[in-house]
Amino acid sequence: MSDLLSKYTKEIQKILDKYPPERKRSAVMPLLFLAQRNEGYIREGALSEIGEILDLQETEVATLVGFYTLFHDQQAGSYRIQICTDLCCALRGSEEFLTGLCEALEIKPGETTRDGLVTIEEVKCLAACDKAPMYQVQGEAGISYHENCTVEGTLELISEWREVTPDQEELK
Amino acid sequence: MSEFVLLRHRDIPEIKELKGYQKQGGFEAFKKAVTKLDPNQVTEIIKTSGLRGRGGAGFPTGLKWSFMDPDNWPHYVIANADESEPGTFKDREIIEENPLQFLEGVAICSYAVGAQTAYIYLRGEFWQLAEFLDRKINQLEKASLLGENLFGTDYSLTIHTHLGAGAYICGEETALLESLEGKRGLPRLRPPFPPSYGLYGKPTVVNNVETLTNVPLILEHGAAWYRDLGTEDSAGVKIFSLSGRVKKPGNYELPFGSTFRELIYEHGGGILNDAKLKAILPAGASSAILRASDKVLDTPLEYASLRKLGSDLGSGSVIVIDETVSMDWVIKKTIDFFKHESCGKCTPCREGNYWMGYLTQELQSGVIKDDQVELLYDIARNIQGKCLCALGEFSVMGVLTSIKRFPEDFGREPK
Repeated sequence: MSDLLSKYTKEIQKILDKYPPERKRSAVMPLLFLAQRNEGYIREGALSEIGEILDLQETEVATLVGFYTLFHDQQAGSYRIQICTDLCCALRGSEEFLTGLCEALEIKPGETTRDGLVTIEEVKCLAACDKAPMYQVQGEAGISYHENCTVEGTLELISEWREVTPDQEELK
Repeated sequence: MSEFVLLRHRDIPEIKELKGYQKQGGFEAFKKAVTKLDPNQVTEIIKTSGLRGRGGAGFPTGLKWSFMDPDNWPHYVIANADESEPGTFKDREIIEENPLQFLEGVAICSYAVGAQTAYIYLRGEFWQLAEFLDRKINQLEKASLLGENLFGTDYSLTIHTHLGAGAYICGEETALLESLEGKRGLPRLRPPFPPSYGLYGKPTVVNNVETLTNVPLILEHGAAWYRDLGTEDSAGVKIFSLSGRVKKPGNYELPFGSTFRELIYEHGGGILNDAKLKAILPAGASSAILRASDKVLDTPLEYASLRKLGSDLGSGSVIVIDETVSMDWVIKKTIDFFKHESCGKCTPCREGNYWMGYLTQELQSGVIKDDQVELLYDIARNIQGKCLCALGEFSVMGVLTSIKRFPEDFGREPK
């Protein structure tokens, strides 16, 4: 039995139950989310495990990881702060917010802080145009929205995370 | 009674909970449909009400339901909660604050088209919303308002949520179907349309969240009541998502026939810093952009009137641009978006958007060269009408209308 299946037997069955038994391929995206839950990215081995559960080729699973932006095949910070800089948010200061936050953290968009805690990413519309600047945080606990944000408030949030997360560098 | 049809939580916050919703007559419309009406009668009521799709296309809802192939079973209903276009944020508020009215709409639609399984396809970012809806669905099952043999009849219905994973294209209904089937979200060639060949090749109705949320109240108060709320051309009410350079951005539910002036100045509180209004994108990033004028401001917000102005009402996502913003920057932002979201299946959209992206970026670098603007316009014209789905068509609207209606922002003689 694969790692994924033994770890999440119940969850996987619950997911499969949503779709007709002969259409279990529909479960591939929910299973990818599940595989991503622990490490924040999808490790290579998970692709064949999902393929085995759903009778799919590994490449058929991998093609989805490439297509959909919420799936990651590379490790990043424990928390991915994904800032919308699309038209409506940019009209309300999101680009300045992005620059300010990156300067405060001394990283560029797309980079991770040295302690491995936070990655800053620029993303497309998150459907919260009236509450810019805004971002979502993708991390172990799924995805959460943060709206009407300031650099100061975000730095505070990050220091709260720092207190509860072990330093990735020290772990190595 | 609430002054709202869709955003009823604004004056009845307890509507979010089943008890509070039932106190307002919630699920009576579904019960009436299942126990007293024939599925075709429900579809007829929706047809007569004049309700049209609120996701952008404005297709008559009842008519769509009546297209379901009666010789091919099972039937499916899908609620499209993939809202992802810059400027659009209405479905999220509905699901967050008035979830049960939406779910009742899904249930009534399912009964009308004979579907016993419905899926709610939410964009992956709405992860928390999906968990929230799962809890609501669970409550409804416990209350025997969803599940087997509803209200003592032989009609059964199960509703499932399904998360996307970050792809605007999956809001296009056939790309959504592909995605729900576990594939990349690439649009299908149409026809056949989903009511004859949809999910798993079975007849499927795909409706937007806002569209479905109208349905319970139409059944409760009647088609004539709903028609009377709007105009001759556009029946009922619409949520306008107002964003950009306004003082009070947000969702505003207004009857069709209200004007831009009312929306932007009365409800939205006017332009930030009291600057001058320059342009309006009435339908999100895919809008044909309007140059602000008294005529535009006093145009009634309805499908036909906006088309007459050379734009579209779309999903009612109104983005406001003031005089401090240059239109060459606006289209750089819209093209950035469409370039990123193009699925890559058809060449005009995939290559065209990269090319437009390169040129709009060049325009930002300082001196605007007229032959670049000419080339940009030419590429946009050549993408138009040649794409597999609406995304490609959407991408060029802002480019073509900006260059035409704001020539001074592209180094040309002002109008």
